[in-house]
Amino acid sequence: MLYRENGQFKTSYSADQQIFPILQDRIAMGLLLAVAFVAVPLLGSEYMFRAIFIPFLILSLAALGLNILVGYCGQISLGTGAFMAVGAYAAYNFQVRIEGMPVLLSMLLGGVCATAVGVVFGIPSLRIKGLYLAVATLAAQFFVDWAFLRIKWFTNDSASGSVSVANVNVFGLAIETPVAKYLFCLSFLIVFGLLAKNLVRSHIGREWMAIRDMDVAAAVIGIRPVHAKLSAFAVSSFIVGVAGALWGFVYLGSWEPAAFSIDRSFQLLFMVIIGGLGSIMGSFFGAAFIVLLPILLDQLLPALGSLVGLDFDTAVVSHVVSMIFGALIVFFLIAEPHGLARLWAVAKEKLRLWPFPH
Amino acid sequence: MTTKKIGEVILDVNNISLSFGGVRALSDISFNVREHEIRAIIGPNGAGKSSMLNCINGVYQPQQGSINFRGQTFSQMNSRQVAELGFARTFQSLALFKGMNVIDNLMSGRNLKMKTNLFQQALYLGAARREENEHRAFVEHIIDFLEIQAYRKTPVGRLPYGLQKRVDLGRALAMEPQVLLLDEPMAGMNVEEKQDMCRFVLDVNDEFGTTIVLIEHDMGVVMDISDRVVVLDYGKKIGDGTPDEVRSNADVIKAYLGTTH
Amino acid sequence: MGPFLETLIGGLMTGMLYSLVALGFVLIFKASGVFNFAQGAMVLFAALTMARFAQWIPQWTGLTDKLLVNLLAFGVAMVVMIGVAWLIERLVLGKLVNQEGITLLMATLGITYFLDGFGQTLFGSDIYKIDVGLPKDPIFLLEQTFQGGILVNQEDLAAAAIAAALVALLAAFFQYTSTGRALRAVADDHQAAQSIGIPLSRIWVIVWSVAGFVALVAGIIWGSKLGVQFSLSLVALKALPVVILGGLTSVPGAIIGGLIIGVGEKLSEVFIGPYFGGGIEIWFAYVLALLFLLVRPQGLFGEKIIDRV
Repeated sequence: MLYRENGQFKTSYSADQQIFPILQDRIAMGLLLAVAFVAVPLLGSEYMFRAIFIPFLILSLAALGLNILVGYCGQISLGTGAFMAVGAYAAYNFQVRIEGMPVLLSMLLGGVCATAVGVVFGIPSLRIKGLYLAVATLAAQFFVDWAFLRIKWFTNDSASGSVSVANVNVFGLAIETPVAKYLFCLSFLIVFGLLAKNLVRSHIGREWMAIRDMDVAAAVIGIRPVHAKLSAFAVSSFIVGVAGALWGFVYLGSWEPAAFSIDRSFQLLFMVIIGGLGSIMGSFFGAAFIVLLPILLDQLLPALGSLVGLDFDTAVVSHVVSMIFGALIVFFLIAEPHGLARLWAVAKEKLRLWPFPH
Repeated sequence: MTTKKIGEVILDVNNISLSFGGVRALSDISFNVREHEIRAIIGPNGAGKSSMLNCINGVYQPQQGSINFRGQTFSQMNSRQVAELGFARTFQSLALFKGMNVIDNLMSGRNLKMKTNLFQQALYLGAARREENEHRAFVEHIIDFLEIQAYRKTPVGRLPYGLQKRVDLGRALAMEPQVLLLDEPMAGMNVEEKQDMCRFVLDVNDEFGTTIVLIEHDMGVVMDISDRVVVLDYGKKIGDGTPDEVRSNADVIKAYLGTTH
Repeated sequence: MGPFLETLIGGLMTGMLYSLVALGFVLIFKASGVFNFAQGAMVLFAALTMARFAQWIPQWTGLTDKLLVNLLAFGVAMVVMIGVAWLIERLVLGKLVNQEGITLLMATLGITYFLDGFGQTLFGSDIYKIDVGLPKDPIFLLEQTFQGGILVNQEDLAAAAIAAALVALLAAFFQYTSTGRALRAVADDHQAAQSIGIPLSRIWVIVWSVAGFVALVAGIIWGSKLGVQFSLSLVALKALPVVILGGLTSVPGAIIGGLIIGVGEKLSEVFIGPYFGGGIEIWFAYVLALLFLLVRPQGLFGEKIIDRV
């Protein structure tokens, strides 16, 4: 009844190709943005910003980048943590070594460095695919881990091995308070989300999907696999690198290589699988899920435990979270390989018919 | 209806031999194709027809022989280069992009003609938007031509087989090819679907002047619509000429046609 | 020369431990085409089960004879691993039969996380000891040729002997028993095997159980050497480069690949590492695998996969 497309006729191809062709969707998006930009800063507590919103925004961005590589182009990557690390450390070096460098520029340059590394480690994808490519990306992960641990130049010869960034300033505004950090990350996410959506519905996006779906046929219609795969690695690594820079500069403040370890790579991969491969929205769903689940369980399990008379300490909770993650991954792969994004699309389909049953 | 003007020879296949390990798929095959004609390749199963098409198309590299197209000779070319030369093809076992809908599959055929770079596409302002709309308009003509308007936004995996075959043809047409290679375009179709497909093939040849090389098993179709026929058997050429000539060729009858039904 | 040989032998020993984990991989891949990311977690889980039960059995039954307790714990762990195999086949593999390799890989990734969490929930996360009576004292070999002799761990020698015996046992199993033949048939062609009446799901349970057995043996040897702890599964991740080197479908490849990686790591760390600031062990194996993938993707002994249109 509410979600009807009646009367919404498109009279130009431009109109047909909008990101949100249905009016109700546009209204919903507008409301969501209003809530995000206005309501949350006014109502959110510091804890919520620190523990939920800011990690969610930055990890969504990283998941978005990974989704482009894995979901849209079908190239499996287990080295995402490494690309985040490159983005973070490169941005750090630009910031610290060049006088008066604007933070924003450092972060973007960090992304560019991540792009270069990403393209280099993407070269194996021209010869191998699937599980073999996964092992190759592991080489990237561990090599980068080692490089930032052992090559002193990268950490500006820091004695402790960790680096830190202070006084994050954008166009003269200090990004110090949780609200400021939140809005900063939100802006990044919106801009990158838009750029990514544009890419995905243009001919480069179709190239990526063609390579994913059937690379032999793709070559026959004139797509160059080299161009498609390396551009996917490039775009993906750029976004992931910028996310890494944000993670280090805005969320952590100071960090060591362990912040971008293989666990981070797995975490991002889970976000993309559970959220939905090949879906921009899916990246956000997946990130929300993975960020919220441990927090929810942290609150729920002790409460449930006390009902049954069991005592749950934090170590046990983290193990149970591991179990639930693992089980959910398997569940989603069996029941809904297209993840939460597909469930959302199905819900919208039902909504179009509501209140009629069919 | 004006009689079709068949032009000069544009495609020359010279002494192509192809082996896989110990298996000889093609032995010393030579034939030519004239501009604007419909050339059929027929033969029993396993005769090497698809392999021949794959050689023309750059999917397989023949061990011997060469292919000459409009004065350019090539013996080792990859499929992308062949596509750039103006060849398009359909596949026997559909090779559609299952993850995309009909429009996106057809638009992917426009890939070679789309020139905007990554940054322009990311911003989707003037140039990228115009290009997208321009090619969308062209693809819509193909959609009209193939009568699949109702299925524009359907993921191709969900379409029935006959429609998927049409989308496969549509994607090849989207490339605006000079030569269209059709690999059993009517396989698995019922009578009505075959008639539709025949009509499309003839219309493409008629309206756009596209040269067509097609592999087909249905003798009725082949004899009706083709201008000339090549007959293969066990990787060798055993017949070459107009449908009438081939029909009365003793070798062909022995190997393939049998008696008239 | 002495230090070089010691490093070499140390590397061989570590490599052999990698080989044991890789063996489980290869078994599963050969029989079902599944790339079992969870092999490392299975090693850990098996080892944890055995270690804990070795503690609990004396507590529950008062038995003190070490050999008997260990045998019982081994038996329990084996039963548990068979149960795990059956569950994995039932709940996961059976439902994902027609999916692509990536999906199955991700599924085994999920199983890894699940087993890790489950194991530690059930058994706790302290470091446990496994003591199966392997001799712990080092011995010195070839004291005449090299001054002071070469230091070799008896435990490592025993482990090598056990691994060799295991490989021989498996080879015999595959060659001479009817189940082994069925497994080889399934590895060759699922559908053909089904069409002659080989029950696919039962075969898969058997394969995963055998892999579980191998995981248990690997876990015991690892655990005896290092203590059973969480980091075991990260070490087990290193079995991936081993199978790439040796070839995903080759049992001898798993052994040789493991030895090459073990030796390569140790030697490169000791002799090349200092120029790079040390610690290159963490990536050596993976970069070596990467180079192999670019030059010879099927590994040393694997089968070449041809892509046909």
